[in-house]
This record gives sequence, C-alpha cells and structure tokens, in this order.
Amino acid sequence: MLEIKNLHASVEDKEILKGINLKVNAGEVHAIMGPNGSGKSTLAEVIAGQEEFEVGEGNILLEGEDLEELSPEERAHKGVFLSFQYPVEIPGVSVTNFMKTAINESRKAQGLEDMPASEMLKKIREKSEMLEIDRKFLSRSLNEGFSGGEKKRNEIFQMAMMEPKLAILDETDSGLDIDALRIVANGVNKLRSKDNAIIVITHYQRLLEYIIPDFVHVLYNGKIVKSGTKELALELEEKGYDWLKEEAAV
Amino acid sequence: MAYTEEELKKELETKEYEYGFYTDIESDTLPKGLNEDIVIAISKKKEEPEWMTEWRLEAFRAWKEMEEPEWANVTYEKPDFQNISYYSAPNKKPKYNSLDEVDPELLETFKKLGISVDEQKKLAGVAVDIVMDSVSVATTFKKTLAEKGIIFCSISEAIQEHPELVKKYLGTVVPKKDNFYAALNSAVFSDGSFCYIPKGVRCPMELSTYFRINQAGTGQFERTLVIAEEGSYVSYLEGCTAPMRDENQLHAAVVELIALDNAEIKYSTVQNWYPGNNEGKGGVFNFVTKRGLCEKNAKISWTQVETGSAVTWKYPSCVLKGDNSIGEFYSIAVTNNFQQADTGTKMIHLGKNTKSTIISKGISAGQSQNSYRGLVQVNSRAENARNFSQCDSLLMGNRCGAHTFPYIEAKNKTAQIEHEATTSKIGEDQIFYCNQRGIDTEKAIALIVNGFSKEVLNKLPMEFAVEAQKLLEISLEGSVG
Ligand SMILES: Nc1ncnc2c1ncn2[C@@H]1O[C@H](COP(=O)(O)OP(=O)(O)OP(=O)(O)O)[C@@H](O)[C@H]1O
Ligand SMILES: [Mg+2]
Repeated sequence: MLEIKNLHASVEDKEILKGINLKVNAGEVHAIMGPNGSGKSTLAEVIAGQEEFEVGEGNILLEGEDLEELSPEERAHKGVFLSFQYPVEIPGVSVTNFMKTAINESRKAQGLEDMPASEMLKKIREKSEMLEIDRKFLSRSLNEGFSGGEKKRNEIFQMAMMEPKLAILDETDSGLDIDALRIVANGVNKLRSKDNAIIVITHYQRLLEYIIPDFVHVLYNGKIVKSGTKELALELEEKGYDWLKEEAAV
Repeated sequence: MAYTEEELKKELETKEYEYGFYTDIESDTLPKGLNEDIVIAISKKKEEPEWMTEWRLEAFRAWKEMEEPEWANVTYEKPDFQNISYYSAPNKKPKYNSLDEVDPELLETFKKLGISVDEQKKLAGVAVDIVMDSVSVATTFKKTLAEKGIIFCSISEAIQEHPELVKKYLGTVVPKKDNFYAALNSAVFSDGSFCYIPKGVRCPMELSTYFRINQAGTGQFERTLVIAEEGSYVSYLEGCTAPMRDENQLHAAVVELIALDNAEIKYSTVQNWYPGNNEGKGGVFNFVTKRGLCEKNAKISWTQVETGSAVTWKYPSCVLKGDNSIGEFYSIAVTNNFQQADTGTKMIHLGKNTKSTIISKGISAGQSQNSYRGLVQVNSRAENARNFSQCDSLLMGNRCGAHTFPYIEAKNKTAQIEHEATTSKIGEDQIFYCNQRGIDTEKAIALIVNGFSKEVLNKLPMEFAVEAQKLLEISLEGSVG
C-alpha cells in the first residue's frame, strides 16, 4: 500500500525528517510513537503533500505510484486521508456541506457524477450513528467552537465518509474522553479492512488497546529508531523514551 | 432642418433656448457637455411635463455649485463632466449580429453562470429573434400585477401616467441637492424604474428590473422610486449577476424607497459592472445614492452583493422616522485586482424604539482596497433606539486592504449600540485542510468565501442567492497562486 524510502524533508533549511523507511501493507495497522517534536506530524503532512515542507531525497509510493508530483488534492483523490492533530475551523461552512463538497470533488476526479442526495443523506446518517454524533452537530460550522474532543470525533466522521485507502490518524486520541475514545476507536475498527491501511500516531498505549496495531515504530529526531509489535508500546509506556535515545546516540 | 454635431454644439453654446428647437434634432445622442439647455433637451426628449423640467433645472443649478466629494477612501481620475454625453435614446440596433462577434471572455463568464444562449444574446447586445416565451411571461407577469393594482413601469412612463405619485414622492427621500452625484442624477436621469404597491397589498412575486418590459439594459443615470403604501409588502431585485459592460464610465444612480406605516420593502441588489481588466484599466465608476424612509412600524432591508465596478461609492441608508420602524443592511462587497470600494450604510434613528441591523462582509483580493463606512445616528427624541453592527473583512494575500470606518452619533442616552468588527485572512492551513479532503484551492476559496458571506447570502431571495454564490466564485478566480 504505502512504501517510504529514505525520506528526507526540511523546512526553512532545517531538516526534520532524516531518512525514513516504512512499509505498510494493505490490511495492516501501524502505530507511530515518539517524543514531542520528533517529526511525527511532519511525516503525516509530507505524505499528504503539504508543500510547506521541502522533500529532499527519498520517495513516497502509494500502491507503487510515486506521489512526488501529486498535489495534496490529487493524493486525497487516490485515497490518502489525514486526521489532523489540529483540525482547522472554517466558519460558515457546515460539516455536511463540507463533506458533500469533498466527496463530490473526489468523485469528479474519478470521472463520476455527483453522489445522489438520497445516497449522501443515507451515508451521513449511517456514519454519524456509528460515531454517535448528534445530527444537529452536522449543520454547525466546521470545527468552529467545537471542543477538542468534538473536533477529533469529527475527523473520524470525515474518514468514515471518505473511505480512504490509507488513513493517517495524528493524535486522534488526545482530547477524547474515555467514552469518546472507545466510540471513536470502535468506529476506526469498523473501517478496517483487508484493502486499506491505517497509520496511528499516538503518545498513549491506551488507544492501542482498542485499535490493535500490527507494528509499532518509534520516531526520534527524524528517524525511525525502533520497530516492533504491540508489546513495544507497552514497554515504552513503562520505560519512556530515554533508553531509545541513548541507543540512537550510540 | 438637420444639424451637424458641430453646428449643434455652437448653437447650444450661443443660442438661448427656444421652444420647438429640439424636435429638429435628428441625432439620437445629445452633444457632449452639460448646461441648462441640455437638461431641458433631455426633458423634452422624454416629453416630460413642465414641472419635471423645472425640477431637473433646479437640481442642475444646485449641482453647478457643488464640489465632487473627496472623503471616500478611493482614488481615481475625476471624470470630466463636460466630456460626457448625457442622453442617448435606447439603442434599438443590435450591437452584434451573432455571438461569434462577442468578447470570448464575456461569453465564458456567461457560461459559468449558466445563462441560456438566448439570454446571453440579449445581455451582450446580439440580435435575437423574437422569443415568444419571454414575451408571454412578461405579459402574464404584468397582468398579475395589474390585478392587484401594483404599478411597475419605467420612471419615464410613470412621469407620464402617474404624475401625481411621482410629484408627491420624487426627491422626498433623496433631495435634489443631497449630494453631488444625486444632484447630477436629478438633473439628467434618463431612465429607471417606478414601483407602487397599494395599501395592504402583498406583492405576489419578486419584482425584478431584469424582467421589466420596455427596457433592457441599465442606464447611466438611473432613477428608481419604490412606494409601499400602508401595510403593503414588496421584494425588489435590482441588477443581475451577468457581467455588464458599458462604454459609459460614470454611473450615478439614485434609489428612493418609501415604506409607509406597517409596510415592508426588501431591496436586493447584485451589482456586477465591469471592474476593469486585471491591470486596473477601464472599468465603471459607480456612485450611487440609495435611501429609504420608514414610517411607523415599517421595515426596509437592503441586501447587496457588490462584485463589479472599478470604483464603488455606495451607502444604502434608512431613515427610521416612524416609531418602531426597522432598518437592515446586509452587504457583501468583493474587490479584486485594482478595484476600490467604499461602501456601507447610514441608519438614522428618529422615531422611538427604532431598530437597525448592519451586517457587512468585505472580501479583498489582489491589490484592491475595500472600505466599510457606516454611520449610526440616534436623534435626541429617539428613545430606546437599538443598533447592532457587525463588519467582517476577509483578506486574500497581503497586497490588498480592508478598512472599517464606523461613525456613531448618539444624542439619546437610552440608545443601545453594539459594534463588532473582525478581520481574517484565508489561512494556508485552511486551504491545506480542504486540499487534503480532495478540494482544490480554487474550490476551497469559494467554499471559505461562501461560508464567510453566508449570513448575507441567506438574506437574498433563493434564485438570486444561488447566482450570487457562483458570482463570488468567479469574481475571485485566479486571485491566489
Ligand atoms: N513550519 C515549520 N517551521 C519550523 N519548524 C517546524 C515547522 N513544522 C514543524 N517544525 C519543527 O519540526 C519538528 C517536528 O515537528 P512535528 O510537528 O512533526 O513533531 P511531532 O512529532 O508531531 O510532535 P508532537 O508529538 O508534539 O505532536 C519540531 O521541532 C517543530 O518545531
Ligand atoms: Mg504532532
């Protein structure tokens, strides 16, 4: 599904990603952990095509296709979805209207007609029920005045609506209360299939109890310094990152 | 006896006015320049009664003594008022024989707005075969209105057919000497609309200048008079979203609304005059005076979407004379490239318990300048007057400007006035967020701008709102990159 080879990225001459290698197969869930400022969000945004970052060496391949020349919207049309760590507000644009536009733009790129209104409504009803989102919420302006947790839940609602091939969830768990975490995680699990892949960025082992990863990677100082299975997350919870930092320094 | 242009000019310069002289003019356009003879000539061309001629002359004399205002936040080369022709008969000859001759850029825009081919021809000034449909629509339209006693016709026709109404109300809200452009308009206006809603009648349809029979296109000096008798209601639409090109650079319209006791007037405008090219060349100067008078319990709402013109100077206002009357102003003003707009409103609270609401949304892109200028005035006798103003500006890029000039004059201690202002920029992060969801930058901007303007768009009649949304998109096309 996704293959990242020796990826370097910098902003304003400051190198943030320093040679990332990562392979994610269809049907897999990968977790990325790592200390603050290590480059997790940067990696997510570079995959999504954020032009703020300059990609130096390396490639990102999605189903074998190099993404380098593709704009963020083209990547989205190919099935890349990013659940943002800090979702932005768009005043006056309702969640529903935003989703309708997003879905129809992607369909247009695939040469399809607009989704019929009845189908759209059905889908909205289904997905909002799955994530226990109040219908009134969907007519509010996108993220405007949403609580931290509401924003995150709304990101996953969008993921459910867009049915991406590759979803990257950047700290979706932070801000969610205990019940919300369970609801959102269950939602994500329902979206798992053998044809898609998910990358979860998190600081906490708790999320990984719900969304069980196939692999766990530790990103430190722009590099993946350790990879393992879900047990690695437990070890990190217990020991912190210092031992890895020392290891990396050697 | 035929005159050449040259002879005529000389004649006008030297000769005193003689009755009957004008019937001899064969040309349909008056010579350039403005003096009393020209004013008289316009009046005669329109076969107006003497009181109207006299009215125009008074306006002209006042105008001669006035100075062009300087206070607006716009700069432009002042028009040479002696180098303008003030009258030309409605052009009966089509400008083009087929659509192929029309500027392709204009046609492209028509297409984007979803305007039918017949309509495109009409708007661009291409010869059309008689379209039975539109004729019959117009006829049914007129019949429905007549049954209710509603008068909707050109102002020239009204002067002929309903002189008592015109005489009673013309210039009562915008006096002849109100300001430089209003005085000019009063002296030389050549056409416009007249609308009268009888007592207690609710006008059953949106009245649109677009559908008005007998006159296609908009004049350079338009004059509009809308009278809503006691307890009546009318929603009036002015302009259309299709881009209007005009070789006349200067436009100075006057609109007067009169809402008698318990009446309501909703006046919506979409203005899309040619703004000049993207280097700032050409384009229409639009200096408009719009004002409404509210008697007891009456309500006037102005809603406008302004996307056109090189220079716009426009302050739709409400005089809240009657107790409990309500004034509203909802505006979206978009400026792009080198456009300059200085718009806003005046709410004059004279009666008790009067209420006004101002929602202004300014969107600036390119190197344009967009100013909001609003006055809220509460008279000493206006007990419990209330105003709420909200002015939001949205900037695209960092070469454009947004300015807000709110003026508040409260002479009564019970007045409650609230003013909120925000300025925001379309953020890179907002664009990226949309991009990430598969929405390209152009579409993302349209989405953000529509969201920003929503409170005002919602005030427009349905069909108009959809068109206005598309228009906003088109106006901002190519403004990022
Ligand atoms: N636009 C930018 N300009 C300058 N520095 C940046 C920019 N974006 C990111 N950085 C820097 O890059 C480093 C990595 O940031 P990133 O957001 O990827 O970290 P993270 O691993 O997601 O951290 P957290 O766990 O706190 O979310 C940080 O030092 C950050 O300050
Ligand atoms: Mg981060």
